[in-house]
Amino acid sequence: MPDTLVSPAVSPPGTSETPSLIHARGLTKKFGEFIAVDAVDFDVAPGESFGFLGPNGAGKTSTMRMIGCVSPITNGSLRIMDMDPAADGPRIRARLGVVPQQDTLDTELTVRENLIIYGRYFGLSRTEVGKRADELLEFAQLTERAGDQVEPLSGGMKRRLTIARSLINEPTILLLDEPTTGLDPQARHLLWDRLYRLKQRGVTLVLTTHYMDEAEQLCDRLVVMDKAKIVAEGSPRELIERYSTKEVTELRFEPDVAETLHGRFDAIAERTEYLPDRILLYADDGEEAAVGVHAMGLRPETVLVRRSSLEDVFLRLTGRSLIE
Amino acid sequence: MTALARTPSGSDSTQGLSSGSTISRVFEHRLMAYRRTFRSSLFTSFITPTLFLAAMGLGLGSYVDSGDSATLGGISYLAFLAPGLLAASAMNSSAFEATFPVMRGLLWSRTFHAMYATPISARDITLGNLAFMTARLTLIATAFTVVIVLFGAATSPLIVLAVPAAVLTGMAFAAPITAFSATQKTPEKFNALFRFVITPLFLFSGTFFPVSSLPPVLQSVAWFTPLYHGVSLTRGLSLGTISQDPLAAVVDVLFLSAFVIVGTSFAIRTIGARLVRG
Repeated sequence: MPDTLVSPAVSPPGTSETPSLIHARGLTKKFGEFIAVDAVDFDVAPGESFGFLGPNGAGKTSTMRMIGCVSPITNGSLRIMDMDPAADGPRIRARLGVVPQQDTLDTELTVRENLIIYGRYFGLSRTEVGKRADELLEFAQLTERAGDQVEPLSGGMKRRLTIARSLINEPTILLLDEPTTGLDPQARHLLWDRLYRLKQRGVTLVLTTHYMDEAEQLCDRLVVMDKAKIVAEGSPRELIERYSTKEVTELRFEPDVAETLHGRFDAIAERTEYLPDRILLYADDGEEAAVGVHAMGLRPETVLVRRSSLEDVFLRLTGRSLIE
Repeated sequence: MTALARTPSGSDSTQGLSSGSTISRVFEHRLMAYRRTFRSSLFTSFITPTLFLAAMGLGLGSYVDSGDSATLGGISYLAFLAPGLLAASAMNSSAFEATFPVMRGLLWSRTFHAMYATPISARDITLGNLAFMTARLTLIATAFTVVIVLFGAATSPLIVLAVPAAVLTGMAFAAPITAFSATQKTPEKFNALFRFVITPLFLFSGTFFPVSSLPPVLQSVAWFTPLYHGVSLTRGLSLGTISQDPLAAVVDVLFLSAFVIVGTSFAIRTIGARLVRG
């Protein structure tokens, strides 16, 4: 079903004069027989904020690890800053900032020492790295915790420290793998704010997420990944326009009533999704659809009219929810 | 320009980094963490040999020496035991250093993965960690040797060379054990390593009694263990008997070096494989 919706060509925005920072064609990663990434094409332009949106196991992390030059590609081609990861791994990594999914902070060191030693890996002098560490602690709002051990920090603080650490080499590209997974809403918003500032300063962000709100907040452009493949590409707005209606009417019925309603809404909605807990009616005017439901003599327990989101795009493309 | 903002031009601050200097960054990292426990670790490095030599060398030794001293070639049990314990404790420290900290870097705090996301290579990570183990062993062996001298247990000025001999012995274990540790996903087999490899070697490689008192079959087995060669080397230096059979000493050094070299090349491979897998 989703095959018809795949857009075959994924092209970078802008003109051909702006060379892409990351250029992937037919990029494939296999682990034995298992295909983690299946011949994906994408480009990331300088200064843009690019996202991989998809559920767990879609191949996002494998793709990120290939871009991070820590996992060799199986097939296809990958160029990063016009270099080959296989031949120039260390040179590429020198210009990347990496925020891995799992924290890799050294719990035997203090907050500030974690930044210092990381800077030293990039060959920075002690004076320079000290200066940058203090700036980055400020940026990550961790100045007061500079001398503390890492372990007692909250999840959000550890993430901010990891982001600060990833910036110590002034990277051209910042790779963020599931940057806010596991954080509470307040910590997520604080983190988004910091990432948004980086974006404003022209840092190229490449991130993976399975949160549609995160993708909408942070990404200029994104690809939707499912089962190792890219199934759609565009800006959040474009994707919503292309694959969904302007509005969605969410209906909740008693479970036994809901079962009898399959196919009943075709006249009032462009498309209908029957989920276990609710029915989604896709229409450009959600209120009108809600009125239509009442006109049919149905009395749902709740009715919610909202704008379409990337969640709806994903549902349309894959027939499944992002977070299951 | 602050540390935060860099547009595509990027920074090329890492150009011209040699492998030697990237290895030293890894070493520097371990040192940074070690600084915190340095005092207590140094204290332990002196206390442990003091307790061992007092209890076993003097205490147990007084019984041994009251018997037929000809079995030990006419020397005191303390003088016989001290260099053996030096080599054996180098082995023990290495076995510890090459297991849990390696698992920590690859699995628990994942600091090796953090390093690998930078220009640092798997080879740098391996060699940097082995270099740190070498430094730590040097400290432990030096402290131990000082205690031996203070106990009056060394009979030759060549005891000074027992420090590098003990370090070599320790590294003959550290390198292959590091290679092994990098293949493990839980510390379960570390217990087996200590119980079935390290402890038997500690007891039967000539540390506490001459290997010649073992049954012939076990004597041959003992010959193929690194600790046997380590003990024979440190003892030969401490007692000054090394000049009686220099060829045997050369064989000891070559045997131990082979363990270090082969172990190191395996360690680079197993750590590399683990880093690539993620």
